[in-house]
Amino acid sequence: MQLLLTGGRLIDPPTGRDATVDMLIVDGRIERIGTNLSASAAQVIDLRGKIVAPGFIDMHVHFREPGFEYKESIASGCAAAAAGGFTAVCCMPNTNPPIDDESLVHFIHARSREAMGGLVNVYPVGAVTAGRKGEHLAPLAELAAAGAVAFSDDGDPVHDAELMRRALEYSAMFRRPIIQHAQEPSLSRGGVANEGYPSVTLGLPPMPRIAEEMMVARDIRLAEYTGGQYHVAHVSVAETLDLVRAARTKHLAVTCEVAPHHFTLSDEALATYDTNTKMNPPLRTREDIEAMKAGLRDGTIDVIATDHAPHSYDEKEVEFAQAPFGIIGLETAIGLAVTELVKKNVLTLYQLVEKFSTNPRNILHLPVIDIAEGSQANLTLFDPTAEWLVDPATFKSHARNTPFGGARLTGRPVGVMNNGTSFWC
Amino acid sequence: MRRLKAQIIDPEGFERTLTRLAHEILEKNRGAGNIVIVGIRTRGEFIARRIAAIIETVEHTTLSIGSLDITLYRDDLLGKLEQPQLKGTDILFDINGHDVILIDDVLFTGRTIRAALDELIDLGRPRTIQLAVLVDRGHRQVPIRADYVGKNIPTSADESIRVHVKEVDGEDTVLLMHPEE
Amino acid sequence: MPLHSKHLLGLDGMSREDLQLILDTAVSFHEVLERPIKKVPPLQGKTVANMFFENSTRTRLSFELAERRLSADVLGFAATGSSVSKGETLKDTARNIEAMKVDMVVLRHGAAGAAHYLSRVINANVINAGDGSHEHPTQGLLDMFTIREKYGRLNDLHVCIVGDIAHSRVARSNIFGLKTMGARVSVCGPATMIPREIERLGVEVYHHLDDVLPHVDVLNVLRIQLERDAGRLFPSIREYRQTYGVTRKRMEKAGRVVTVMHPGPINRDVEISADVADSEHSVILQQVLNGVAVRMSVLYLLSTRG
Repeated sequence: MQLLLTGGRLIDPPTGRDATVDMLIVDGRIERIGTNLSASAAQVIDLRGKIVAPGFIDMHVHFREPGFEYKESIASGCAAAAAGGFTAVCCMPNTNPPIDDESLVHFIHARSREAMGGLVNVYPVGAVTAGRKGEHLAPLAELAAAGAVAFSDDGDPVHDAELMRRALEYSAMFRRPIIQHAQEPSLSRGGVANEGYPSVTLGLPPMPRIAEEMMVARDIRLAEYTGGQYHVAHVSVAETLDLVRAARTKHLAVTCEVAPHHFTLSDEALATYDTNTKMNPPLRTREDIEAMKAGLRDGTIDVIATDHAPHSYDEKEVEFAQAPFGIIGLETAIGLAVTELVKKNVLTLYQLVEKFSTNPRNILHLPVIDIAEGSQANLTLFDPTAEWLVDPATFKSHARNTPFGGARLTGRPVGVMNNGTSFWC
Repeated sequence: MRRLKAQIIDPEGFERTLTRLAHEILEKNRGAGNIVIVGIRTRGEFIARRIAAIIETVEHTTLSIGSLDITLYRDDLLGKLEQPQLKGTDILFDINGHDVILIDDVLFTGRTIRAALDELIDLGRPRTIQLAVLVDRGHRQVPIRADYVGKNIPTSADESIRVHVKEVDGEDTVLLMHPEE
Repeated sequence: MPLHSKHLLGLDGMSREDLQLILDTAVSFHEVLERPIKKVPPLQGKTVANMFFENSTRTRLSFELAERRLSADVLGFAATGSSVSKGETLKDTARNIEAMKVDMVVLRHGAAGAAHYLSRVINANVINAGDGSHEHPTQGLLDMFTIREKYGRLNDLHVCIVGDIAHSRVARSNIFGLKTMGARVSVCGPATMIPREIERLGVEVYHHLDDVLPHVDVLNVLRIQLERDAGRLFPSIREYRQTYGVTRKRMEKAGRVVTVMHPGPINRDVEISADVADSEHSVILQQVLNGVAVRMSVLYLLSTRG
């Protein structure tokens, strides 16, 4: 099987390349990179105006398997990832049973190899605490050895300060970051919406912004104290970014990610009690959206990650307070990022590739994707100018819980290649 | 648009008609001693006040006068396209045992009077209810008959009658209009 | 002009014209309630389901009376002992009731937005009878009706709402409605019970009753939920009574005639002293009667919208 990709713009941050090239792929391997290539046996794919980038990774997804396969399975999640332009994901451990044991890591690896011909690398994130109960440490060394790339109790914060200290100390021994769902639970307990004007008029129990800020402040001090590696999941308030910025000036191993909905929607979107505007952390203010964009621009935010959180139709088709938190994001990530960030001159396409590929791989200490002759092709191809209408009915994900149905977006994946196989959108 | 076909009652005739109706009411009830006056909103209310004023002058007495908004008792309320505005019933006296003179401007299908009777009976148990109308144009759909009629006017069903009163329209007159064109 | 909306979900965003129409129409029903036979026929043949997922004897009875006085057929539904306790969702419950050919649904529910949600999944008219801490629009309307009955107007009157504003649907509906009608609205309560950013609703915030009393025309005293987060929002009932209890002594010290309202049920001698609740300035019982008239008005206007 020979593919000739012609006229695409290669953006490859690890080597600094940004040039129009042709690429000949033979059996999933990069045979040649150059200009004006030809190969009579190859299928030609015209990529003029489109981007060729190292494979994108979404370092924050929930694939619900094992335990909640009716929401999403590893197979359907991998299909959604490929359709969204990702060749890798990190799946969070809030499954049932949770990923707090090496057998679960092996199970996820096995399942992901069966899905899409193994196209999508699924990197499990192990639980920080046994059973995600926040009481004592999970077997982090065993999990890391089995292939867990990071640790998190995502969905819940690691609340106990001593436990967080020990987790940072312990995981640092084998270079694994702790990913924190940063929220002081005693401040956000019972809340379902950002504390602010919309929550006042809608009468929704509030989640104050300071709950996130306080937990991040504590954790950064612990990271400094222990020398551990700390990553803030789905940042939602401006104050968090100030804390991360300050940590950076001290050269601490502190990084963070933002989800597309947090740079796109504000809490004003809750006005109709649409349960697809309910997520944790909640949608914040317009000012926070601007802060997220500033953080992306100045590099404080390293990563765009979707927090892809599938739920069944019936689970979301209830009263706002009863609905589970979360929305799916894999298949709208590139569209939202291009529409909100590239088109609005927040990020260049080059920076976008860094946030979707290079930076998360660095944080997770994953090998650099080598775009060179002789290497396995691990590529994301996307069209930064294609306009499209979001129709959740066409999603590969098992779930449909998105507030972006009907949105008009610019920027759409064209295809992905990885592990000797490919998917064309 | 409807065009004018004929003036049925002119201003002088209007006043004369009211006076005659007042006297007929007095004659039949042998004076004003037990009567109370209730006008059906909107035009009937003004006609009721005018008739009451004549009776009061003739009899040197003061009458209880009220008005009835029959909207809630209409039989076509739930099917109507336009929501009728409630103007409110305003009967601040006891009708039990009294002779209620119910007054409206035009008697047509009888459905309005049917509604008014239902409402009056919910308000109490009058000794009698007597109906006075300025114009009876026929075409009854329910078995209702007026006790006092200002003028009988034969009409076709698609013509219409317009009653103007000084208080609202600036002059007293009754007009017969052609069918809608 | 009929009401703009097919449902009554809240007073937030409702136009002045619609509020006025409901209040004006309620005057006619108030008159009906003074009659010997307090029943009129306009909802004959219509069926109204009262779906109460929270206990509320008062509101339920008021709605039920309003419905019966309009000659509607009434279907009662209380969460206890029903399929709700068997895990049926609000949607399924409502759809089942609607399948019985119900024309209107009156919903009381513990979750904010429940009425909004219901209005999207069923065809019947939905009337919100209280949803979580969000709104209780008919209570707001009856409070406005009662104030208007007393003063003949709403604009330029100063109404102060006292109590747990953060968790009160009554407070929200009052604020939305009264502000639209041009009243001056303030709230008074401990800082722990006043939500952040409430000023953006155009209300003044007070923490001391004695500061605001000399300036108000109407005091709307909210019921204190004794059970709510015991000891977290306020230290004790005793301390609340001392700081925010509406007493005759406090009223007299203000040196101003102030009309006192309360949505009920009253915790006597907690948020309001018995001698104030029963005083000549209290309109608490008028509120109860007006509640029926206002609910009749809403039911009538929604069902005859065409």
